[in-house]
Amino acid sequence: MNQRKAVLPMSARYLINAALCLALILGLKGLSASGLLSDYFTKILILVGINIILAVSLNVATGYLGQLPLGHAGFMAVGAYTGGIFLKSVNAAAMSGAPLVLTIAAAILLSGAVAALFGVIIGVPALRLKGDYLAIITLGFGEIIRVVITNIDSVLGFDFTYGASGLKRIPKFTGALNVFLCVVMTCLVIHMVMKSRHGRSILSIRENEIAAESCGVNTTFYKVMAFTMSAFFAGVAGCLYAGNLGSLQPGGFGFMKSIEILVMVVLGGMGSMLGSVVSATVLTILPEALRSFDRYRMVVYSAALILMMIFKPSGLFGDYDFSLSRILEKLGVGKKPAGKEDAR
Amino acid sequence: MAMLEVKDINVYYGAIHAIKGVSFEVNEGEIVTLIGANGAGKSTILKTVSGLLHSRTGSIAFQGENIAGMAPHKLVGKGLAQVPEGRAVFLRMTVEENLEMGAYTRPNSELAPHLDRVFEQFPRLKERRKQVAGTLSGGEQQMLAMGRALMSSPKLMMLDEPSMGLAPILVDQIFGIIQTLHQSGTTILLVEQNAQMALGVADRGYVLETGKLVSSGTGTELLKDESVKKAYLGG
Repeated sequence: MNQRKAVLPMSARYLINAALCLALILGLKGLSASGLLSDYFTKILILVGINIILAVSLNVATGYLGQLPLGHAGFMAVGAYTGGIFLKSVNAAAMSGAPLVLTIAAAILLSGAVAALFGVIIGVPALRLKGDYLAIITLGFGEIIRVVITNIDSVLGFDFTYGASGLKRIPKFTGALNVFLCVVMTCLVIHMVMKSRHGRSILSIRENEIAAESCGVNTTFYKVMAFTMSAFFAGVAGCLYAGNLGSLQPGGFGFMKSIEILVMVVLGGMGSMLGSVVSATVLTILPEALRSFDRYRMVVYSAALILMMIFKPSGLFGDYDFSLSRILEKLGVGKKPAGKEDAR
Repeated sequence: MAMLEVKDINVYYGAIHAIKGVSFEVNEGEIVTLIGANGAGKSTILKTVSGLLHSRTGSIAFQGENIAGMAPHKLVGKGLAQVPEGRAVFLRMTVEENLEMGAYTRPNSELAPHLDRVFEQFPRLKERRKQVAGTLSGGEQQMLAMGRALMSSPKLMMLDEPSMGLAPILVDQIFGIIQTLHQSGTTILLVEQNAQMALGVADRGYVLETGKLVSSGTGTELLKDESVKKAYLGG
């Protein structure tokens, strides 16, 4: 475009962001090596990371696509059980070194893929419906998944999910580092998709479905695509969750979990990745910090949401998104002579 | 051969027989209008042509190709653009982004020349290119919706009630634009409630009454026609 003020070349932007991520990783390493970061804080960091992935992925369906799915915990459950069963069946606990890393990567991708498959299965019929109906279908899906996981073993006679007693002894592979990498990958992939032609198609559906269709956007395809992408990363988060706890109980993936993730997205601002990241962080740390007020947590949650809807209905950040490169450009870094612009 | 040939379509909403055996055609270079009172079935016909609704019988041919039952998003690439009813613009996108969406089916290299052409046609949009569409006035939004349809360089442009909810002075302006578009070679199918205005610019018109065609003719003929008055005023 002729008027865009992009002065930093694309490669420089990636380099800056990559350097920042590396610095954060080294910082984390340094902190834990120096003993400043206790096990307790590491655990909280891991939870923060998992919740960020969940919130950012739900934001794709809620904020960008403009739908209201209420079954995000269902996709998380699918991912968690897939990852857990896979890691147990390949006996990852006995591995070390490179095979272990590959197995973990495979488990994470497989969890995402299976959750995405469920996303397609649910998405195709559900996205033909609008508004409330999608919410009801996904709500139903989330509950069905939980009930299936609880009962599939006793009904079909498998030793698969171990029902209500829980899937135990999953190799605990989740550490601050691999969660951090997954968070970065999730944000990067979603950011890149949303900046592309596909992202614009998804946004146009949110703005006006009929107009999008009349512009030539295949609305069904892109709705299912966004929904599936959302499910994929929920599955990834589920796998990390399984590897963090080491045991899974179907009860942990109920309706309240879905709502908890939705609250993060709404509070942060629908359509803002920064908002999802910040509010997932705050809403994970806050209950820990306020352990002594535990019984009032839901009250505070609800009150915060109501106040938010009254005073800032678009969420903390609205649909504003953070861009390091843009800030650097404003500060005058990387000014280039006009005419040498990148293709965004 | 007509550019758009609609033959004997019957459209139902559930059990309600909304369009009863309607046939019409649009020739290249024409402005053709479908007029009728509320509920006559004008928009239903347009939605059927654009693939949002389906006819149980008959055929719809665009440049000789049967497009009945084709998915709406595929028609744009064939040169059939639609300006939906009620100023359907992408409210939270800028004017320029809205227009870019219009060129969705075109290669990126065509974007700049098309954008220039639309800005030439709608200088108002050029002034506001960086503005978010939701902050435009009703008339400007209608212009934007039309400009967006133009971005796909359509052979046939279908407009669904472009004058709806606009002040008379803006209606005049919109119809002026329709005539300019027509002069620059775009064939236009115009669905309107404002029969006086629509017949004033149209080469030919069809009058609809409760799902049936009751009369047709050139714009000037229909302006004097009794059946038009009947269709609007009843009795």
